[in-house]
Amino acid sequence: MSIQGSRIHLRQLSKQFQQTPVLQQIDLDIQAGEFIAIVGRSGCGKSTLLRLLAGLEQSSSGLLSIDGKALGEVGQTRLMFQDDRLLPWKTVLDNVGLGLKGAWQDRARQVLAEVGLSEKAKAWPAQLSGGQRQRVALARALIHQPHLLLLDEPLGALDALTRLEMQSLIERIWQEHQFTVVLVTHDVPEAVQLADRVLVLEAGQVALDLPITLTRSRDMASPEAVQYSAQILQKILRPTSVTGLHQSRLAS
Amino acid sequence: MHNSSRTHWLQPLLPWLVPLLLIALWQWSVSSGWLSNRVLPAPSAVLKAGWELLSSGQLIHHLGVSFQRAALGFVIGGGLGLALGLITGLSRWGESLIDSSVQMIRNVPHLALIPLVIIWFGIDETAKVFLVALGTLFPIYLNTFHGIRQIDSGLREMAQSYGLTGWALFRDVILPGALPSILVGVRFALGFMWLTLIVAETISAREGIGYLAMDAREFLRTDVVVLAILLYALLGKLADVLVRLLERVWLRWHPAYVRSSS
Ligand SMILES: Nc1ncnc2c1ncn2[C@@H]1O[C@H](COP(=O)(O)OP(=O)(O)OP(=O)(O)O)[C@@H](O)[C@H]1O
Ligand SMILES: [Mg+2]
Repeated sequence: MSIQGSRIHLRQLSKQFQQTPVLQQIDLDIQAGEFIAIVGRSGCGKSTLLRLLAGLEQSSSGLLSIDGKALGEVGQTRLMFQDDRLLPWKTVLDNVGLGLKGAWQDRARQVLAEVGLSEKAKAWPAQLSGGQRQRVALARALIHQPHLLLLDEPLGALDALTRLEMQSLIERIWQEHQFTVVLVTHDVPEAVQLADRVLVLEAGQVALDLPITLTRSRDMASPEAVQYSAQILQKILRPTSVTGLHQSRLAS
Repeated sequence: MHNSSRTHWLQPLLPWLVPLLLIALWQWSVSSGWLSNRVLPAPSAVLKAGWELLSSGQLIHHLGVSFQRAALGFVIGGGLGLALGLITGLSRWGESLIDSSVQMIRNVPHLALIPLVIIWFGIDETAKVFLVALGTLFPIYLNTFHGIRQIDSGLREMAQSYGLTGWALFRDVILPGALPSILVGVRFALGFMWLTLIVAETISAREGIGYLAMDAREFLRTDVVVLAILLYALLGKLADVLVRLLERVWLRWHPAYVRSSS
């Protein structure tokens, strides 16, 4: 049961809040079914980019198209927010089934089992740990079988072990369903492990667009993987002349 | 320990100890003649008066009348407050149209309107129901309005991105999100409801608990007066218990309302 993933095209996409530019003239093409990871310093605009893709934010200028259509209906796109945003007054199961019609309970239980939370179906969100809440949020996004899944630091609150489990879970579900994934993460090895391409966002632009050509499932201890991680980290830690970007901006 | 098993069963009785002692002291000081019957009748006399009124059917009648006034006024005032609060909470248009007017009227103490209300409606039922409605409208209005406005905008955004709009959005996000605040409003409104009713019934009534008390005053029946006061207290407590029950059912998801025992 594979889904056709979404194709995404950004052309000169810019976004500013009041006077502050956050994203500047981004050009980006994402293939159907591709797994993209975005890394970058805090506040560099990663969440903003995801929100633009989810249609929750309007671009200031430039073009954004998903499957050839300008954004409007977001039926096939699901965003997993940086904070879990579960409805505290609904049980875990009802949160997963939010917005679904018909007999969704069985499917919701199935998806909950996939994220390892079947026994929490009747619990209130307030009774869950931070990591458990995020897994419920993931289940809530997955149940819609989106063509484009946007993940905003979904594993940030997890312990190392659960994190590994969730990473392979996300990878497995992605391989199974072949949707397009854009994952924002702070964890560079995580990006290398999961993504077909890693983008480094910096000063509102794509500073590095690095295809990861390792075969899956990836061994993060392998020299190639370590090499990739080092290359990305270096880019983040030593920004390509922020001053250079500044000057080109001033010049234009 | 030797003492622990003995103090264990005493624990739940402990809060009752002081009130029981006070009642015993009260009874004793009246029966010993130290406190005049005129000032304060003995608890036994109050009980006896209560029993007499109960068996003659008068008590039930007056209680019923008072309860009906309170309930009718609360339903009208609370319903209006809820409706107005929903309108202003849900739409910016509604807010600019209605909110400042309601806020202005709110500043008039509704009990100050009593002379005017008596001129308008006389001293019959309408006047009392009107006053109660007025007293309950504002707390429910304010808390509904704020309850809706303080809902996490992130949750709304999430719900909308999951396709919830219109009625579904209201039912699944806005109403449950505002409910804790609305129930606080209900609690305040119930307090205002009894207060208003007591004042209104004391000033002018031909039936009801307030009438019972005022009628007894003319005959210096302090036992009945005290009985009426206790009845008001009981009704207030009953309303409070009801709200607590609602909170326990409707807000069982809320950590602050989960019973500590469970
Ligand atoms: N609604 C908003 N109004 C004004 N400024 C905003 C708004 N949302 C984001 N910003 C600004 O845009 C910038 C990028 O924010 P964004 O949330 O995209 O960062 P991020 O890369 O996701 O950071 P983090 O890794 O900490 O989550 C920040 O400087 C932030 O202050
Ligand atoms: Mg972010």
